Amino acid sequence: MKKKMVSVLLTGAVLTSMLTGCGGQEEKAPAQQTQEEVQPKEEASKESIDISATETSEETVEITYANFNASGGNEETLDKMYAAFQEEYPNITVNIETIGYDDYFTQMQTRVAGGTAPDCYELNIENFAAYANKGVLAELTGIDVSGYNATALSAFQVDGKQYGVPGNFSNVVLIYNKDLFDQAGVSYPDDTWTWDEAMEACEKISALGDDIYGIYQPITFNEFFKVAAQYGGGVLNADKTEFTINSPENVQAAQMMISKIVDTNVQPTESQMGGMGDWDLFESGRLGMIPTGIWAFGAFTDACEFNWDICVEPGGTQKATHFFSNALVVNADSAKKEAAAAWINWLASSDAAAKMRIEAGWDLPAISDETVLVGYLEITPPENRQAVFDSLDHLAVAPIIEDYSLMADIITDKLSRAASGELTVEEALNQAQEECSAQIKL
Amino acid sequence: MEMGVRVKNIKKRKLTIQAVPFMLPSVLGMVIFSFLPIVISILISLTDWNGLDKLNAQTLKECMVGFSNYIAILKSSEFWNVLWHTVYYIILYIPLVLVMSLFIASILNRNMKGIGIFRILYYIPVLTSWVAASLIWKWVLSPQYGVINQLLGYIGITGPNWLTDKVWAMPAIVLASVWKDMGFYGLFLLSGLKAIDIGYYEASRVDGAGKVRQFFSITLPLLTPSLFFCIIMALINAFQLFPQVQIMTEGGPNGATQVMVERIYTYGFKYFKMGYAAAYSWILFVIIFALTLVQMKLQKRWVYYES
Repeated sequence: MKKKMVSVLLTGAVLTSMLTGCGGQEEKAPAQQTQEEVQPKEEASKESIDISATETSEETVEITYANFNASGGNEETLDKMYAAFQEEYPNITVNIETIGYDDYFTQMQTRVAGGTAPDCYELNIENFAAYANKGVLAELTGIDVSGYNATALSAFQVDGKQYGVPGNFSNVVLIYNKDLFDQAGVSYPDDTWTWDEAMEACEKISALGDDIYGIYQPITFNEFFKVAAQYGGGVLNADKTEFTINSPENVQAAQMMISKIVDTNVQPTESQMGGMGDWDLFESGRLGMIPTGIWAFGAFTDACEFNWDICVEPGGTQKATHFFSNALVVNADSAKKEAAAAWINWLASSDAAAKMRIEAGWDLPAISDETVLVGYLEITPPENRQAVFDSLDHLAVAPIIEDYSLMADIITDKLSRAASGELTVEEALNQAQEECSAQIKL
Repeated sequence: MEMGVRVKNIKKRKLTIQAVPFMLPSVLGMVIFSFLPIVISILISLTDWNGLDKLNAQTLKECMVGFSNYIAILKSSEFWNVLWHTVYYIILYIPLVLVMSLFIASILNRNMKGIGIFRILYYIPVLTSWVAASLIWKWVLSPQYGVINQLLGYIGITGPNWLTDKVWAMPAIVLASVWKDMGFYGLFLLSGLKAIDIGYYEASRVDGAGKVRQFFSITLPLLTPSLFFCIIMALINAFQLFPQVQIMTEGGPNGATQVMVERIYTYGFKYFKMGYAAAYSWILFVIIFALTLVQMKLQKRWVYYES
């Protein structure tokens, strides 16, 4: 009897563990699909769209828009934007689905594969690369692109075709602790600095105490492709047909990133960090400089009990700065591409949406018209907020390829092995070059 | 006599027919949301489907690559590394979690006042989400600010850099897992302990057996069915190790704590190699299935069922 019980319990347990393994996310099927299914699919073959005609259309259309960016604080801002949109386009109804970041991409992938993707949605850059290359996005034509920041817009082109518009925008600047610079007797960094000056400053600041460090720069692919650009390098050749990960320029770039950890130790090692985050380290006043995103301003304003300011990040042989932007895209299978494109274009580039975005402190709009951005400049700290815009002159575009995530993971892995002293910088980049070439078809 | 059996059979059939409508919702649910996906995942594992193209028979046929995913996985050094990490975790985790659960179960088996509160306290970690638990443990294990290294410091030991040290990262994860799971297995063992007839203890006391002797000659043999159950459960769960690793180390330092489920997720949802990921999960299934079968066979040698 007891034996039977045990095996029954076991079977139950095995089954439940199999069931729970992948459950959860798929069940939250979208509610608004029925509408799309009854629509004839005749337009599905037409992959590119011209949105210039939408405004005059009298027909009412209902579209679905999915995003993750508004979750956790900006749902209301998005609703407000939609209300303003409806005044301009009364014939377009948008069902907004805001989904948490953790569930978003697994859900979106399932919906695309299942043919129930929303008409338009948001993608981060890693996923944009894969989706665009796999042909599930519609090409956007007929958009008035003059309002966009050109570099941000170009990030979402594949083979010269525009597959997305930059929905939001953040860039990276150098944030520094003024008090530590004063104590070390070093003059504040400015936009003319290269890494040489920065390293000198780092050493003087690190000398202030055992647990004080000059700088923290993550050892990741993201950081690497930017620093590579600062030394005139890059992970791909110009026409994206070959990896150039171990080029001399890249070695020089990686050397700069790694040697400040393993040689001079002006940047803490992972164990010296002791599980602390890089922002925590800066907020606790133990870090001289940190190149990080402008989304840190709010947190640093609240948490820092010292003076801090920003400037354009130091460069190598030239300047290059990061930006982060999410693409707003249109589903290639949607029957209502024009309306979908009209909505995302309005959301990304209209003055009204841009103003609401700035007022809510929700990233920057990726637009070129700086007069809209004036309100943003008036908020302090940092004093030198202008540096946010000055940094835009040097934007480095991420090397978008189909297997972006795989490439990023391989390079990050090799670089962190170099940072822990397991490999030399040359070995790390040679191995990365070898593995990327072997595993990724360009 | 003949009649009686027939009537019984008819009655039985009638009961079965009556049961069908009641079972239908859950059976249908199982078929649609579990069995069907399981079957489809076998097909997917034989393709190089990217997870974005529309999933239908046509796509699957076009993407068919035979067993090359399986061959590629078994040939990759990454698979064997990842498998070894899991085995290493199991070797550390299972003995430790069983000893601790047994310890807890025997404490909770006493008839003390307020023992109910303790039973709840030990079960709280089980109910906590792994995300919260992992974040707490990340803090506890912090080399500079963590409680553990501070305690070690009092007795003159410099604690390791738990989560960022190649050697200590996995033991650190084991520690957190044991803490979280011991209440769960403890509960099973407790019910096992409760089921042991007090008469055995009384009789053995009359025969002059001490506490230790009682434990090894009565408690342990009579607890083997519960222990067997716990071992199999722990093994299956251990192979599916994922959330704590993802949050505490993200597979680091330098890949030292990468485990199979993390790889499956990454291949399927990050690298868009759904076929490869499906093949990975079938290999995982075969490993778990084989180990469970072996255990079932071996149980005859050591599991003792009363009556």
